Amino acid sequence: MSSILIQIIQALLLLLLAPLATGFVSTCKARLQNRRGAGLLQPWRNLRKLFVKEVVIASHASWLFRTAPYVVFTATAIAASVVPAMLVDTPLSLTADVIALVALLALARFFLALAGMDIGTAFGGMGASREMTFAALAEPAMLMSIFVLSLSAHSTNLTTMITHTIHTSFALHPSLAFAMVAMLMVAVAENGRIPVDNPTTHLELTMIHEAMILEYSGRHLALMEWASMIKLMLFATLIIDLFMPWGMAMQATPAALAIALGLWLLKLAGLLLALALAETALAKLRLFEVPEYLSGAFIIAFLGLLSYYMLEAGV
Amino acid sequence: MNGTLVQQLVDGLAALMLLTSFALLAQHRMISVLHWFAGQGLLLAVTAAIVAYGTGSDELYISAIMTLLLKGLLLPWLLWRVIRQLQVHREVEPLLNSSLTMLIALGVTLFSFHMIQPIEKISQLITRDSMAIATACVLLGMLMMITRRKAITQVIGFLAVENSLFFAAIGSTNGMPLVVEIGIAFDVLIAALIFGLFFFQIRTTFDSLEVEAMNAHLIHKDDDE
Amino acid sequence: MNLFVATLLAPLLGGVLLAVIKDPQRAAVFNIATGIVTFAVSLLLALEVLDTRAVDAMNGWFHLDAYNVFLVVLTTFVSMTTSIFSMPYMRHELETGRVDLPRLRLYHSMFQLFQFGMLLGFTTNNIGVLWVSLELATLATVLLVSLYRTPASIAAAWKYFILCGMGIALALFGTVLVFFTSSAILGHGNIALSWTALYAHASELDPAVMSIAFCFLMVGYGTKVGLAPMHAWLPDAHGEGPTPVSAVLSGLLLNLALYALVRCKMLVDGSTGTDMAGAIMMGFGLLSLFVAALSLHRQRDIKRMFSFSSIEHMGLMTFAFGIGTQLSTFAALLHMTVHSLVKSGIFFTAGHAAQAMGTQKMAEIRGLIQHQPGIGWGLLIGVAAIAGFPPFGIFTSEFLLFTAALESCAWTTLPLLLGLLIAMAGLFRFVQPMVYGEPPATATSVHVNMVPVYIHFGLALLPGIAIPLFLADWYQQAATLITMSAIAGGGGG
Repeated sequence: MSSILIQIIQALLLLLLAPLATGFVSTCKARLQNRRGAGLLQPWRNLRKLFVKEVVIASHASWLFRTAPYVVFTATAIAASVVPAMLVDTPLSLTADVIALVALLALARFFLALAGMDIGTAFGGMGASREMTFAALAEPAMLMSIFVLSLSAHSTNLTTMITHTIHTSFALHPSLAFAMVAMLMVAVAENGRIPVDNPTTHLELTMIHEAMILEYSGRHLALMEWASMIKLMLFATLIIDLFMPWGMAMQATPAALAIALGLWLLKLAGLLLALALAETALAKLRLFEVPEYLSGAFIIAFLGLLSYYMLEAGV
Repeated sequence: MNGTLVQQLVDGLAALMLLTSFALLAQHRMISVLHWFAGQGLLLAVTAAIVAYGTGSDELYISAIMTLLLKGLLLPWLLWRVIRQLQVHREVEPLLNSSLTMLIALGVTLFSFHMIQPIEKISQLITRDSMAIATACVLLGMLMMITRRKAITQVIGFLAVENSLFFAAIGSTNGMPLVVEIGIAFDVLIAALIFGLFFFQIRTTFDSLEVEAMNAHLIHKDDDE
Repeated sequence: MNLFVATLLAPLLGGVLLAVIKDPQRAAVFNIATGIVTFAVSLLLALEVLDTRAVDAMNGWFHLDAYNVFLVVLTTFVSMTTSIFSMPYMRHELETGRVDLPRLRLYHSMFQLFQFGMLLGFTTNNIGVLWVSLELATLATVLLVSLYRTPASIAAAWKYFILCGMGIALALFGTVLVFFTSSAILGHGNIALSWTALYAHASELDPAVMSIAFCFLMVGYGTKVGLAPMHAWLPDAHGEGPTPVSAVLSGLLLNLALYALVRCKMLVDGSTGTDMAGAIMMGFGLLSLFVAALSLHRQRDIKRMFSFSSIEHMGLMTFAFGIGTQLSTFAALLHMTVHSLVKSGIFFTAGHAAQAMGTQKMAEIRGLIQHQPGIGWGLLIGVAAIAGFPPFGIFTSEFLLFTAALESCAWTTLPLLLGLLIAMAGLFRFVQPMVYGEPPATATSVHVNMVPVYIHFGLALLPGIAIPLFLADWYQQAATLITMSAIAGGGGG
């Protein structure tokens, strides 16, 4: 009973903290650039404002355009809620297969792209086509790096993988390092951050994600924005789960949970800070360089796979 | 456990070695090719030092210092000077596009793994696992020599092959006898000097460092092909 | 073993001294003197080794047996005659302005260093040092090939450098693999690369590793031997370098690479106990024979054509060593000797012919016999010898090779015969118009020194008429040595 409760709290935490995380990244970036920034809560304020605003829909928009925000949000939210954040063994996490996660995210992306094309504006179509092109490269890279991890755990279930990582003694694993680098690269691309996409501008030449949701307004836009914030949170948590799960609660005792929560927030803050640093330091790639970046991620993940077999399989 | 830590470190360095080999293949700018090449040299020196520590062999420390000086510093510096004097910062255009090259590279790596796998079983050395990676790096260096047009990149490919061979010797067999290593280092040095000489000759004779410009002079004689 | 030390030191010292001698005439004479001294010393050394069968020198760093001491003598001999030949030849090049004085100095110095590298490679007992010296000899010749600094010669030298560098890197990898398995048995140190120790423990080396190592060594040293399909560098390097360099490349450097390959084959045979290595060598040999024989027909440049003939003959030798019987090895060694002599002789003549006609294009070389009978007859006799006409030694060795092939795998005689016929047709197709007919008006008379050529052809005639007893005995010893491992390995495996 209590574990179900924890599962719900965990899911809610992920959903509610997501805008805060985005706010955290932009505040960090602002500080790094010697600006004051809009504050941690700004994304929340934006969302609240958008929720109360009126929805304007293009006259020739189909039902697809109207349902897409709900599908995208739901898929992302479900994905987020099955990822363990504090407690390793939650009731839902038995279904928390990484491949299923990737599929849920792909579903969200699919609807996002459809919605982008639905109105028939140039930007929507352009954004959708770019998004799908990059997705075709990013998804294999992500799956590949997950496979590297699952090789030693013999499972793609998150709970099993986390348990395995916690229980094996620490050692240098080149394959894990490769997988982690690849995963980070993919995460950056998937969330439309610099150097792949810039979430803060609407520069028509380069935008990807923003181009697809350009026609949305009001609560539809709020849902879309929120979904993308959740996605960032989801990826950050996933990376924590896969590569540095130490400190997560194996049993649902209050003490263990408190430690797990604290550590989770700490690791989260660390990752997001790293993202802010990277975004400040790096320049955005030209659009045609993105496929190269993503195939680089794939190659690195593949190298992880190879070095697992070459260096670690026999040991 | 001392042995296992050394083993892990060498494995990690082997993985990095593989990474540098891929990175060399993937680079477009001459100067970043050079950076990765220098990095590979440093990596070799570190590997030699770690294996020397692990096996307690003095000869390997000498190798490590030699490698650091020759492959980590001297050769990259020489190449850097050549690049600067000949003004070849421009992008290097490979013969094949980079995705295809990368796919071939992955295939080559798989192949070498497949080939070396049976023989890794028999070795008792602490560093046996890196043999497959060394093999892969040798073949990747060759791939670089084949797919690049510029004479300088070909040479870097050649030197990368040499690096990988050294890694094979250090990483997989705990180092060849010192006499042989000195001999090899001497040959590499001479080769590099001759290469340097050639760059200038080629440049003055052909007004370009593209290999195709050179081969054009042989084609009229190449009636057998 | 003072004789041995002297054999190695003479060319090394000569090379260093030649780097500082400025006067071209004096340098050429000194070059010849170095050659003569080295040859004389090596001959004495050979006699000593033949008495005692096998000798280890300098704490086992060097090893001399019937096989390599015979090649040492061949090397010093051909180097000596080449240095004699190169005196008038290089003077002519200097007069026509194709080389200048500093480059001539480089030529003389590198020539002796090349000889040093060759001798070091033949005599060392360490397969790692063998690799190093082969690379050394290669580097020396790279500078020689690009001596004229023409675009084509630089391009050829570059191609030579890159391709052989790649090949030789593979060979080094093969050597590392050998060390990989041998260090487990012989301990970590020089001994694990020492050829004699490896040979004694060949049956303990891991067959799987040795098989893979041989593949690398085969491709690596095979590139250096000029076996198809890794032969692309060879015609260019021969065609564009100065003629003395073409002569020693064909006559000597290819031998060293083949020597290294055969040494490796002996180890692999001992380890695996199968004829895998031999079969691979036979395959490469046959392929090279055919590729070279067919390519011969499409040449326009006289030196390039003869370099394809070298590929053809290296293919034959590789094939013969690959068969691995006593008879075939005997044939291969004989062939190696005679080919070195005849081919360097042919290059001498072809070089003079090109100088006389002012071009290397065969279509413009005409009427050599009428113009300068020495060159014309020399070329004709040389081609007859290299094509395997009866009174010459090549006929004997090819005959022996056919006998050996009939004994062990009869079907190969058919493609062998076909390949040789195609090559012969190609040679005569081009040589006939070059030697007969009217010389063109542009032909100039050049100072030639045909003595080395006649010595070479004369010596090549010897095994064709009757092999001297001591020579036959020598070959017999070497052949026994080389084939022993296959027999022992076959028994053990």
